[in-house]
Amino acid sequence: MVDYKIHLLVCGGTGCKSSQSQILAEHLRTEIDNQGLSDFAQVVVTGCFGFCEKGPIVKVIPDNTFYTQVKPEDAKEIVEEHVVKGRKVERLLYKDPKSDKIISDSKGMEFYKKQIRIALRNCGVIDPENIEEYIARDGYEALGKVLTSMTPEETIEIVKKSGLRGRGGAGFPTGLKWEITRQSPGTEKYVVCNADEGDPGAFMDRSILEGDPHTVIEAMAINGFCTGASNGLVYIRAEYPLAIERLKKAIDQAREFGMLGKNIFGTDFAFDITLRYGAGAFVCGEETALIHSMEGGRGEPTMKPPFPSVKGYLGKPTNVNNVETFASVPVIINKGWEWYNTIGTEKSKGTKVFALAGKVNNVGLIEVPMGITLREVIFEIGGGIKNGKKFKGVQIGGPSGGCLTYKHLDVPIEYESLIAAGAMMGSGGMIIMDEDDCMVDVAKYFLDFTVDESCGKCTPCRVGNKRMHELLTNITKGNGTKDDIERLVNLGNVIKDTSLCMLGQSAPNPVLSILDNFREEYEAHVVDKKCPAGVCKALMVYEIVPENCVGCTACARACPVGAITGERKEIHRIDPALCIKCGACMDRCKFNAVIVN
Amino acid sequence: MNKIKNLADLRDLKDKLQTKTKLRDKSENPEQMVQVKVAMATCCIASGSRETMNYIVDELDKRNIDAVVTQTGCMGYCYAEPTVEVIMPGKEPVVFGYVDTKKADEIIEKYIKSGILVEGIIPVNYKKIEQ
Repeated sequence: MVDYKIHLLVCGGTGCKSSQSQILAEHLRTEIDNQGLSDFAQVVVTGCFGFCEKGPIVKVIPDNTFYTQVKPEDAKEIVEEHVVKGRKVERLLYKDPKSDKIISDSKGMEFYKKQIRIALRNCGVIDPENIEEYIARDGYEALGKVLTSMTPEETIEIVKKSGLRGRGGAGFPTGLKWEITRQSPGTEKYVVCNADEGDPGAFMDRSILEGDPHTVIEAMAINGFCTGASNGLVYIRAEYPLAIERLKKAIDQAREFGMLGKNIFGTDFAFDITLRYGAGAFVCGEETALIHSMEGGRGEPTMKPPFPSVKGYLGKPTNVNNVETFASVPVIINKGWEWYNTIGTEKSKGTKVFALAGKVNNVGLIEVPMGITLREVIFEIGGGIKNGKKFKGVQIGGPSGGCLTYKHLDVPIEYESLIAAGAMMGSGGMIIMDEDDCMVDVAKYFLDFTVDESCGKCTPCRVGNKRMHELLTNITKGNGTKDDIERLVNLGNVIKDTSLCMLGQSAPNPVLSILDNFREEYEAHVVDKKCPAGVCKALMVYEIVPENCVGCTACARACPVGAITGERKEIHRIDPALCIKCGACMDRCKFNAVIVN
Repeated sequence: MNKIKNLADLRDLKDKLQTKTKLRDKSENPEQMVQVKVAMATCCIASGSRETMNYIVDELDKRNIDAVVTQTGCMGYCYAEPTVEVIMPGKEPVVFGYVDTKKADEIIEKYIKSGILVEGIIPVNYKKIEQ
């Protein structure tokens, strides 16, 4: 086996891949061959590094050099300079936006300093399509240990003591779920991995499956041993083609190495995994709906109890866990529950993966210890708000969660404190908003999503959310009244109280939490008929300031509907009845004479 | 590929495979390990620094010394190529000149293993801006 002196790790996650990282890796290989260094340097396509903002990423090992936004045509320079001569290609190194300093070592980046990577431990480190690299980093050690030296009860006890809770959002204690499934009578049981990630802007599960598929396979097998199941199913969205491809490859390799199949590790334990594809319905992330969808039925939730742990897939006891929950299990078994307990807070142990999106500088994937504050996540890891704008709010937990504001910035991230603050942990979507975002419009956006995704089974969710959406649309058009705000609150509470599943029970959350935190913005829309952020077009009035107008006619020529009148060197005016609020006049005016009210 | 039949099989395989990813683990905490930097500019390569580097990496591995070997640009001592910089944890860097495989062996045995300085040290007369 060749012992490479230099490893070039190239991100092969969906984000970087769409920016040609695959071609980049090919070019790097060719250049290395051209230099005759194919025994010296190795190119490895890995999973996501998390720093998607500046992808594609190339990390050079062992000196940890972190290149950002690398294009295929940069391959030659990297190989000729860095690999051959040991000189870093300065123009591709990361520049800290605050200090303007070049940081060549990823460990020096604010983005990575406060992260602890457990579920993402192998993402950006190993080749996800090679089981050998997973084994080299303690892969399948936990499964071997559990099968050959522990009982299912002992294993469940470790998971219980670790304090691991469901990372899909609800936070149900994982060990307890395993125990209930184990105790449910029946010889035929199932393990299901919920990879139906549907929150807008979230890509935690996809990245884990793309970057480290074996960890999920290993954890599912451990779960099968604990609960008495010999069949595993991964319910994954068909719109995640790369994750599916890598997972399939990983399952094949695991079978070939004897990690799936019969007599695993020489014991009587048999386990295998098959895939089930979801068509992208948000409600199928709810476990009962997911099971119905896998059975070939409509993706509609049903009453709990009976819980899937008692009566699930095909009526048999079924243990459903999220991808990230599974990804944490092998590490807990290997390092012990005591170690896991040292990370996090009293009631929320361990780490959580978040997908940072929106108006934040460092958009990407992060894994942080529980108990970290929102301020640390947004301003240190996230690098603050884009273009020096002011922070306004952060939506946590996707369309089911809530919107928090600057007064919540010091709230620690844990299941209970986020609920107390009016949001929820959710699966890990975090969308950051700045002063230019209209909160009424944001509330409408999330409601738009849930109205679309409601399965239609319960009236409160199907009709109620639609009505709320109409009220919000009215408000953004300037036709709302103060009573409408009260109506939103009442209707929202009824929907929450009377819907069957979490989708309906949580759909009004963004609207209500935004009402709690940004009531003045709703009132500005209904009382003053103004949109403070300048987003709601119907409420905007474009005007020309007579003192600034020089009569250059530039705006009149730019106006697509001829709403601006005025002769040369005379003050112009905009006819509000004709104006379509496109803003073309404002962009064209050099004298700041066009303003929005 | 033979199937893994028991835990011992897995651990054997892991031991064999570990060299594949060991470099990546090491690069996480280089300051706690011996760091060796081999100058690898045109002049150094012409004087055989690639052989030196390969030798050092292989020998450190054979002698079970945890070290990170990286390459660097020209250090400026082109008269004394190949040049090698060694940083022991918590110590000042030391630069050696004319490091062929024989010299490299001496550096590993004496300086890296037991901290005894060997001949061929180039007095360092510069400071790095990053430190």
